[in-house]
Parts: sequence; structure tokens; C-alpha cells
Amino acid sequence: MKKTVFLGTLAAAGLTAGMAAATTLEDVVARGELNCGVNTGLVGFAAPDANGNWTGFDVAVCKAVAAAVLGDASKVKYVPTTGQTRFTALASGEIDVLARNTTWTFSRDTDLKLDFVGVNYYDGQGFMVRKDLGVTSAKELDGASVCIQTGTTTELNLADYFKANNMSYQPITVDSNAEGEQQYLAGACDAYTTDASGLAATRAAFADPENHVILPEIISKEPLGPAVRHGDNQWGDIVMWTLNALIAAEEYGVTSANVEELSKGTENPEINRLLGVEGELGAMIGLDKDFGKRAIMASGNYGEIFAATIGESTPIGLARGLNAQWTQGGLLYSPPFR
Amino acid sequence: MATASDAPNQGFRLSQLIYDTRYRSLTIQVVVFILVMGGMAWLIDNTVQNLQQLGKDFNFGFLFNRAGYDIGQQLIPYTNDSTHGRAMLVGLLNTLWVSLLGCVAATVLGIVIGVLRLSNNWLVGRLMTVYVEIFRNIPVLLWILVALAFLTEVTPAPAAYRVNAETGEAQASMLLFDNVAITNRYTAVPAAEFTRGLGAIETPLAPISLNFLALAAVVIASIWFNRRLVANANKVQETTGFRPVTWWKSLLILFGPAIALLVALGFHLVPPELKGFNFTGGVNVSNAFVALWLGLTLYTAAFIAEIVRAGILAISKGQTEAAFALGLRPKRTMNLVILPQALRVIVPPLISQYLNLTKNSSLAIAVGYLDLRGTLGGITLNQTGRELEAILLMMLIYLAISLTISGAMNVYNKSVKLKER
Amino acid sequence: MSDTHAQTVAYVRDTMLEPKPAPSTQTGAVKWLRDNLFSSWLNAALTVAGLLVVYLLFTHFFPWFRHSVWNADSLKECRDIITGEFGEGATGACWGVIRERWHQFMFGFYPPELYWRPVLVFVLLFVALAPILFTHLPRALLSFSAIYPLLAIWLLWGGSVWPVVMTGAGFVLGYLALKLLGNVNGIIAGIAAFAVPILFWMFAVGPIDDLLKQIVPISIQSVDSDEFGGFLLAITIGVGGIVMSLPLGIILALGRQSDMFLVKSFSVIFIEFIRGVPLITLLFVASLLLNYFLPPGTSFDIILRVMILVTLFAAAYIAEVIRGGLAALPRGQYEAADALGLDYWKAQRFIILPQALKISIPGIVSTFIGMFKDTTLVVFVGLFDPLKGIPDFIRSVFEWKGIYWEPFIFVGAIFFILNFSMSRYSMYLERKLKRDHR
Repeated sequence: MKKTVFLGTLAAAGLTAGMAAATTLEDVVARGELNCGVNTGLVGFAAPDANGNWTGFDVAVCKAVAAAVLGDASKVKYVPTTGQTRFTALASGEIDVLARNTTWTFSRDTDLKLDFVGVNYYDGQGFMVRKDLGVTSAKELDGASVCIQTGTTTELNLADYFKANNMSYQPITVDSNAEGEQQYLAGACDAYTTDASGLAATRAAFADPENHVILPEIISKEPLGPAVRHGDNQWGDIVMWTLNALIAAEEYGVTSANVEELSKGTENPEINRLLGVEGELGAMIGLDKDFGKRAIMASGNYGEIFAATIGESTPIGLARGLNAQWTQGGLLYSPPFR
Repeated sequence: MATASDAPNQGFRLSQLIYDTRYRSLTIQVVVFILVMGGMAWLIDNTVQNLQQLGKDFNFGFLFNRAGYDIGQQLIPYTNDSTHGRAMLVGLLNTLWVSLLGCVAATVLGIVIGVLRLSNNWLVGRLMTVYVEIFRNIPVLLWILVALAFLTEVTPAPAAYRVNAETGEAQASMLLFDNVAITNRYTAVPAAEFTRGLGAIETPLAPISLNFLALAAVVIASIWFNRRLVANANKVQETTGFRPVTWWKSLLILFGPAIALLVALGFHLVPPELKGFNFTGGVNVSNAFVALWLGLTLYTAAFIAEIVRAGILAISKGQTEAAFALGLRPKRTMNLVILPQALRVIVPPLISQYLNLTKNSSLAIAVGYLDLRGTLGGITLNQTGRELEAILLMMLIYLAISLTISGAMNVYNKSVKLKER
Repeated sequence: MSDTHAQTVAYVRDTMLEPKPAPSTQTGAVKWLRDNLFSSWLNAALTVAGLLVVYLLFTHFFPWFRHSVWNADSLKECRDIITGEFGEGATGACWGVIRERWHQFMFGFYPPELYWRPVLVFVLLFVALAPILFTHLPRALLSFSAIYPLLAIWLLWGGSVWPVVMTGAGFVLGYLALKLLGNVNGIIAGIAAFAVPILFWMFAVGPIDDLLKQIVPISIQSVDSDEFGGFLLAITIGVGGIVMSLPLGIILALGRQSDMFLVKSFSVIFIEFIRGVPLITLLFVASLLLNYFLPPGTSFDIILRVMILVTLFAAAYIAEVIRGGLAALPRGQYEAADALGLDYWKAQRFIILPQALKISIPGIVSTFIGMFKDTTLVVFVGLFDPLKGIPDFIRSVFEWKGIYWEPFIFVGAIFFILNFSMSRYSMYLERKLKRDHR
């Protein structure tokens, strides 16, 4: 693929006219690889380890989709995107799925021509301050310097929040989470604001997490979820139902450990349909019937992924909170597989 | 004498388009024109198709929508209720502002370093060589990042300036008689204020301070009167051979009215004061700005130093000696003989360094300083998803700035061109 | 005077006096000091100021360097070692990060077992450059320089050898077309030289390539562009950009010198447009807009897109450098070429360009230095450059959070060494070329 493209460019590629616009699914299958847009480095969500292998909560979504579509969770090419480049990368076809803690908003869904296929993390914007500042509420931040990542929805929320509460602030814009951390730790800003999950992840990485508090105010709703290009509904369905399979799997107690066994057939028809023992759900979205099983085997069900990447046993230590199953008082709710 | 006769006129043949040098250039130009236009049409056609496929249009209407974000440094009034267009303008002014200050500082530093490098002081010469080589061989991005890291890691937080109630001392103290505080988020400097100010004229673009206008008018008038005075003195000297003493008159004319005006307007400096989280009262110059400015200045100064050195070395020693032989004093030699020649060598590359500095100011992205790229090509692009419009507009604006600067250079070059006779 | 006998004059000294030693202020170190450091009050003040600066720099940085720690696996461990060895409050450099991660600074995420490939490419680069830079080497080496770019592409990206060979074959076909048809008709030959390779690449390559892959499957492990990073990425983009921009730059320079109004205008517009905008906006074009300009559905990886834009960027600057070279040639060279009856292209090929390019080499080298420094900007489109991308990535793990100065110094030092030696070389070349002309 790459080589032909290379030659193509040398021969003034475009003259040969573009490839016929196939569906995303066909593209991915032909390529044998899923291009997945991820964060350039946010520990817990998507970050390369010392050897350049990507791990994290968002990465697990990429792996599940690759497993569902291609049958191999390792057939993913991770494309690091910045807040700047992520939407264009998706729109231009450079990536097939954007799994980069992206907030689902009206204008992004409509004006930017994205399709959000679901929510994999319910988040909200919060503030982190040093304990010795003596601040206990965001309402006391009048006049403070606030570090904020540029190109995100947090920027707009911050402006709205301070305005609504009739307070002033000095924005200190930073380009990436790494830079925000640097500035905050050095004391260049009184408060650091981003999604609460990001704050927890950032604080977990500090040498002295106990000296920093995350203020109780959550000033916005930030439903984070994977997005696909608008217009290719089949592909959108594939990603959506892969995500739903992970969520449903947790609800029904299907884990990476017992999936093999359960796929031999169970009493529960819902599990049977999810794992492809019964019915032909996969065919309806252009995949085979085992897609759900493979997605779960990639890195486990939603609960397992959460626990392994950002859960309470990891340094990031996020509680399930809103992201618990609906049966446990959370918001995770997969539509039925039938 | 052989008679030259024209080739027999055979009428126009098609092959002449290729073989006849009279027509060939025309043919080539037509072909090139068709190719270029075809290429452009191809690009535009692709763009139209792509936009159609994405369901987008090409429309600058977003510039009139509410921006919704805040900008740390603004030279003209701006709130998050202003439009994207105004945010762009704020960014553009920020770009120009940091470029202007960078050019000024880099020129001063560059001249000092360039001259010191030529000094016959061994140690200083070597040190300056080391400076020049180190700064120009390492990417400017590194210098900007180093400046930022230095400012955030090494300087104290504003809280360090707070007087500890128990010990009665603060960890850090302000500079210049409690007027300047360098902190890890900004440098707080005094603000200029007028107690009996004249107010300002509100314009849609920005309020124009009448105080400033009045001051500018007075200064320009003073300079004009001073020139009259000097011209008059020259005339007296030429007719009588005796030059009247002018220096104190000059000083009086140059500074007297301006100072009088400032006093009349009640000019005073308001030093910054630590209140709550931050310094207030003065002006807080953000570290992003200082880091960018410092990085650009240090880097560009190394290049300017080389230009200045080359310019001075280019003037042969014979010129100085000839001027001395004519009885010119050193100062006049410098003003009348050396500088005009050296400047002709120095100014064109100097201006192209200004151009580079202005273009490099787009590295503001690395420190989060909201310049043109940060507003129009950054947040606005992101919030509206109009990358085609935003980037094309941004490139056009940068192009306009560059063309203006190089236009100024051409005018200068024409004015100092050697008049060949 | 010859018959004047010295000994007959009594009061003339007949033996030489021993020379007195020069006054102590005029010899040795003292004289040197007086001349070079304290020749005037101003100079003395400067010297003292200079010494002060050196002293301050030394006292600030030396302890930090002296307390260097190499054997540590995290910043915390480093700090513990430094505190343990040099007491509370001591600061020191933690080079452990370089020891542990130097390969990422150099190669990014390139597979470690394949490091020999980029290294080999880098070494061969000098072999390929040698015949161009040193004219006394055998000319046969030039043919290696010609195939080097393709060899480098193959070694860096890997995969089957045939696509690369086919690309080269296209060039050879174009050359053959030019040679064979050149005797018949210059213009047809020129057109054929362009058309034959393009037709070949468009229609013939696919089937031949597939066939050859089946018959003689020579291939090495392929490496994706997104695994490139660090200095490998910077050098690939820098060298690739310059090499690809040379032909375009030469054409633009000739276009700008041309008498033909349209050709000249287009060249000027292109050059001034590219030179008038910051590289970073062009990189954004590469990452955000290029896909708009190409036919719907085409998409290729970001490194290639960046290289296309960097090539255009470099071409504008190279064009200006070569234009300088063309302008520096004495008018007589052009007139002599005309007098010999050479047509435009022959004159350019045999007389003008060889000389103009030669005197442009220093300028090309400085353009390259500038470009090489600018390759660090690719971090802003999500690539892992050695200056910000790789250190940011290293800092994202717990162990190395908060390490700033060591990566800056390490990367800065490498940039300095490379750029400084190149600029020295270019200065040497400039002096040599100056002599040649006198």
C-alpha cells in the first residue's frame, strides 16, 4: 500500500485519479490494518511505553475494533493526534476511528461531520490545586492563574464558568498535558483544569500526589467517546456495537477468562447472541458472528479494561463513579443485542 | 561587402512555433501557462470535490461568530464574547508586537556582539565567537523552550513575594526599587497612569489614547524645532565661521515640552502589588511572551552579529585612512564615510533577519503564547473546524507581512544603490 | 665606503653589545596580556566583565555537571544518589535518561534489531556525497551517488526491493529515451524523457512488480513511517527534502532568470509565496490541508506529506541560492556559450550550471543547516522529533517526569556538532572556491 502510494506520488500520483471511494470497512480489510487516532501521550488513556507499544483505555477500544474487524487485536496502527489535528485526520481518512478522549458535543457531531458512536467514559471538567493554597472550592479561584490546554472544549467551559460566577482569571495556555503538568508543578498556575479523569491521571504521576487536591466542582459534562466519519453508517455501527459488546459483556459477566467457555453456549440467549453462538448479528453489520467474542478477547470486557488501565488498582486510581454499569448506579447501558 | 538578404518569406509554418526563436518563447509560455492553470484547476477541483464529500462549504462567516475563549495577552479590548475575527486581530497584533520587540532587542544585542567580536580584546572576542556559534547552530525552538523552562523552573512563584507574617520577610524580593517582580508565571512591571488624563477616543477597532496622541504630537514637534535650531546654527556657522552654542537649547527643546506635558497630565507609574493569587496594579507580562521574545532575540542576535561584523569588515581600511587624510575627525569619518558604506552591506541581510524573526514568532505554539497561529490557526480552527479557510487566511496574512517588510527593503535598497554614472 | 676600516677609528665600538632583554612589559605573557586584554581602560573593563561572566557560568554549571549520575533508572533514583553522595540540596545532572533512552533520541521507535539499516544509510550518505564534494575522486563513484537515494529509501523503509528498482528503472528509461531520440529531435526527446517514465510508472510497474515479486522475492523487513523518530526522522526529512528540492530549485532559479514573462512570473510567485510564510503553516498544510488538494480518497502517511511540503519549502530557498550562483557568473560565460552556438539547454548543462552549482554549494549547505534545524517543527503535527516530541514522550512515563535540562543539553549538543561541522565545511569550501576564481 505504502509503496504503491510512494510510486504514485513520484509519478504525480493524482493524475491517475483517486481510488474509488470504497467503504471504510472494505478499506480496513484491504489494508489489513486499522488506523486508530489516539492521544500523543496521556498516561492511562493512550501512551506508548518505553518500547513504543501503545497501551491505555482508549487504545483498548482500538484493539477491540481491530479484533472484531480483522480478527487480530495487534493489527492497529496508532496515529498520535494532537488537539489540533485529530478531526482533520479523521475527516481526511487518515484514521478510521478517533479514540482520543474526545468530548461528544452538538457542533462536533453535526458541524464537524463526526459521528460519535457512544460514550466510553463519562467525564467532567474539574480543577486541581495545591493543598497549601487553602482553596476548597472553585468559587474561591477569583483572580487565579489557570493552566489550560488549547484546542479543547475545556477552554470554552472555563470562560463560561468564570463568567457565570462573575470571577476573573488569567488563562495560561499550554499545548499538551505534559506542558500543563510542567507549568502547574512549577507553580506557574494556581489551578490546572482539564477533564477530571485527566486530572487524576496527572496527579497520580506526581511525586507528591497527597499535596494536591481536585476541587469538588465539576463544571461541565464531558462524555468522551470514539468517533468516526459522518456518512459511513455501516462503519459507525461496527464501532458502536463493538463498544457496546464490551459494555454488555461486563453486564453479563463475560470476561476474557471465561469468554472461551461461554462461547460454547449458555443458558442466557443474550450472551449467546453477543458471542455469536446464536443468531447472525455480525452479518448485519458486515462482520462474522464471532465479532463480539473477539472484541472481548482483545483486552477483556469494559470493566477489565477499566481496571487494568485507569482503575483503582493502577497509579491513576479512578473510581468507577458514573462509569459503573446501570445496574450498579452508573450510566453505562448497552442497548440489547438482539 | 556581402549583402545580407532576409530569408525568403515563406509564410508562417506551424513548425516555426518550435524552431523559430522568435516564436518559440511564446510557445513555451503558452504551454507553461496551460500546464500551471491546469494544475491549479486540478487542485481546486479536488478541493471542491473533497469539500462536497465532507459536506462542508468554503465560507468565512465563522469570523463573525462568538469566539468564546479567552486570550491571555490582548493589545486591544477583547472578551470571550468577541468574534473570531477580533480574536484573529488580537492574535495578529500579538504576533506583530513580539516580532517588533524581538527585532529591536536582537538588533541592539546583535550590534553589541558583532562589534565586541571585532574588538582586540582576546577574551571578549572569543566569548562572543562562542556565543554566535552556539546560538546559531542550535534550533531556535530549543532556545524558546529553554527560556520557558528557565522562567518556570528557576524563578519564584508570586506567592514567594508574600511577606511571611511570622518572620516578617518574603522569600523573594522585587527588583528596581520594588517595581519589577519576575515570577514563574509573568513578569510584573509598573503600569503608566495619568491622573489628569485626556481620555480616549472610542473606535470600533481599539480605543485611541489621547494622552498618547498628545505626547506623540509634542515629541514630533520638538524634533522638528530641534532640526530648525541645528539648521540655523549651521547657517550661522557658514556665514560667520562661529558656531553658536546649541546643546542646552537642544536638550530643552527635545525634552522640556514632553516632560511638561507628562507633569501636566499627572503621569506616574503604578508598581505591581501582590493581591490574592497574583500581582495586580501593574502590567503582567506573561512568561510565554517573555520566553518567546527571549528565545527569538538570543537566536536572531547571533545572526545579526555576524551581519554587522561582515559589514564592518567589508569596508576597507583605506576608506578610513583616506577620510583622515582629508582631515575628517573620527566621528565624522564614522558618520560620513564608514557607516553609509557599511549600512549598504548590513541593511539588506538585516531586514531578511527581521523577516525570519517574524516568521519564527509562529513558534509561539511551543509556549502557548496566543499569536496569529494560536488564535486563527489554533483555537478558532479547532472550535469551528474550518481548517481550509483558517489556514489559507493565516498564510495570506503572513505573506502580507513578509511582502510589506521586503517591500520596505526594496525601497531602502533603491535609495542607497550606488549611483553609477 | 668599502675601504673604510673600522679599526682605524678609535671611538667606534668594535664589538657588539649583548642585546638587552626587552622590558618586562614588552615580552611574554605580560605583553600578551597588555596587548590583548588590557590595552585600554575600556578593554580592561571588558576583560573583567568577561571573566566575571565565565566565572558565573562556571560556578553555576560546573557543580551540576560534576554531580552527573549515569546509573539510575528514574529521576527520583538520580536525586537520591546525588543527595546521598553530595549532601542535601546538591543538584546534579541525571544522564541516566540518556543512557536508558539514547536509542529513542536517535531512532525513535525503529525496531532495535534493524538499527544497522539507518546507520548503514547514514554511512553510505558520506560515500555518496564524497564524489560530489571532492572533485579529485574517481568519477565512477558518481553512479553510486545516483542510485543512493533509492537504496536509502529501500534500506530505511524495507519491504520488497522491486518497487524501488522499478522507480529507478523509470529514470533509466527516461534517460535512454533522451539519448536515443536526442539524435533525432531535441524537443521530442525532451517530451519523451518525461512521458516515458510517467507512462511506465503508471501502467507497466504494477504488473511487472507483481511478477518479479513472485519470481524473485527479495525483500527485507518493512518498517512503517510512524516508527521513525528522533534524529533519524530529522535527518531523513532534512536530507530527503534537500535532495528532492535540488532539481525543482534549479528549474525555479532558471525560471526566475528567464526572459519569458510568464515563466518568470510563475517562478517569482511560487518562490515569494513559499518564502513569505512560516514553515509551520506549511506543515499545517501538510497535516490538515494536503488531503483536500488531492483527489478524494487518496491519503498517504504524514511523513511523506511533510516531506512534500518541506521539499517545496526548501526548493524556494535553494532556487534563491542558485540564482545567486547564476548571477555571480561573469556575463562572458553566457556570451561564450552563445558564441559557440550552443542552445539554451546545452549552454546550461555544459557551461552555466556546472559553474553556478559549484559556487552555490556553500549556500546550499547553509540552507541545509537551516532546514535541518527547522525539522524540529514537525513535532507540531504529531511527529516525534528529537527536540520536543521524544523528550515529551519520555517525560510521559512516571520514572522520567520532570526531566528537562538533560534532554535539552543532549539534543542541543548533537545539533551543535552536526551544524557546526557543516558550517565550518561550508566556510572552508567558500575560501577554496574564492581562490579558484582568482
